[in-house]
Amino acid sequence: MEPRDTPLRAVHERLGATMTEFAGWLMPLRYGSETAEHHAVRNDAALFDLSHMGEIAVTGPGAGAALDYAVCGWPSALAVGRAGYTMLCAPDGGVLDDLIIYRQSADDFLVVANAANTAVVLAELRERCGGAEVTDLSTTVGLISIQGPNAPGRLSPITVLMPPADDLAGMRYYSGAYGTVAGRQAWVARTGYTGEDGFEIFCAVSDCEPVWDALAGAGAGGGTDVGTGAGLAAAGLSVRDTLRLEAGMPLYGSELGPDITPYEAGLGRVVRLDKPGDFVGRAALAERAAAGPRRTLVGLVMKSRRVPRHGYPVVSGAVTDVVGSVVVGGVVVGGVVVGGVVVGGVVVGTVTSGGPSPSVGAPIAMAYVAADAATGPLSIDVRGSVEPALVTELPFYDRRKRR
Amino acid sequence: MSIPAELRYTAEHEWVAIAGETATIGITDYAAQALGDVVYVSLPTVGTTVTAGDPCGEVESYKSVSELYCPVDGEVTEVNEELDDDPGLINAEPYGLGWMFRVRLTSGGADTPGLLSPTEYEELSKSTS
Repeated sequence: MEPRDTPLRAVHERLGATMTEFAGWLMPLRYGSETAEHHAVRNDAALFDLSHMGEIAVTGPGAGAALDYAVCGWPSALAVGRAGYTMLCAPDGGVLDDLIIYRQSADDFLVVANAANTAVVLAELRERCGGAEVTDLSTTVGLISIQGPNAPGRLSPITVLMPPADDLAGMRYYSGAYGTVAGRQAWVARTGYTGEDGFEIFCAVSDCEPVWDALAGAGAGGGTDVGTGAGLAAAGLSVRDTLRLEAGMPLYGSELGPDITPYEAGLGRVVRLDKPGDFVGRAALAERAAAGPRRTLVGLVMKSRRVPRHGYPVVSGAVTDVVGSVVVGGVVVGGVVVGGVVVGGVVVGTVTSGGPSPSVGAPIAMAYVAADAATGPLSIDVRGSVEPALVTELPFYDRRKRR
Repeated sequence: MSIPAELRYTAEHEWVAIAGETATIGITDYAAQALGDVVYVSLPTVGTTVTAGDPCGEVESYKSVSELYCPVDGEVTEVNEELDDDPGLINAEPYGLGWMFRVRLTSGGADTPGLLSPTEYEELSKSTS
């Protein structure tokens, strides 16, 4: 099947993007140097086309209560204009998708789903949300994200928020408001997936290109007092992944999936067992909460330059242990065989996400490891070569702790 | 996309510059652009005997890892140690400062089977892009 085009396809082509198929969409992977795009987000600001994300409206007087039953969070407790990070779980507690839900008015909620899961989320919400109207907006709503410390200064000059919202600078993290960007109607929210300050702009598909162009040019012709006066950089999916990895944010399909509960992902706080009433997955999740996780998500910083990647085995013990393994006639004494490779430790887990980290300056990874091995020492089997890693607290990068 | 006329190429998107008994090897502009920023490169050890077509290293980018193949027969005499600190040279100057390793040729040289002329390589990279 041909991948779908976002409303910004022509913009990406004009910018010379390398395109890739992702979740059924043709998306910009990178525009030029990934390292430059990564640093643009960390030090200035950059634009992302996220039009592949799914947008689903859940509306009506019963919408809050319906969502409370459908997801493991507590959407009805959100104040109007606030957002919540939550998950759609299966009855067994496994994660079907992670979501951001915005309360746009008392009876209007906007649910944002991962592109690959939009159909599943839509079907589940339709089934679970009796008493509310569930509408798929994915084909009519586009999403442009501006992320980076200069995002407020870049976006403010072309944005007008509707009362009672304050100006952009006064908008709290995980909040949103209706307004206009470059004169086009939009829902503007202070959310993102990069670990930086930033905003997500939901607007009509037909308004995406003018909004993007206005943002890309913001500062070019004066009118703002930020940055160098140059146009705004675009950033692709490749650095969206390194940015969110540095920020310790989970990616569905890597850290999250149907065989993982929020507790293993270190996200037990999103499960609101304290909310009234039943919700899908409650019994299983309550059991999990009481039992404690069998495996833990850890952060690993490589001591070498080899890049750990999704699926690589995590081995207990430092590399010095490996030297001690002895092979006698093809039988391993004092070690185990991993994918045909003899190592000294045992496999205690698997890398879920890994990549180079421009901000840390070394390759990094998140991995699920057996709870009793999580304190390390740990190494990663990089295609047969056991490379030592340092167990680190997540996130790898925290903008509030920046020097 | 640049394809210098004085070089030979391989179907694995590497280039070979042959001068006397020495071959200098790197990856092409096309390969560097397709990979994105190179973040790590593993090269053969100096002194290793290499055989045309055999894997002899790895090139890691943000999203992928690719095998490096030796395009000629010989012995590795030098590797580009600058790449250790600055693998981005491969993207910036794939045919210049981004060279990867040198081999003292033992046989074949420019006549090694599988080496492509610039025209042949251009056709090949067009058909794969």
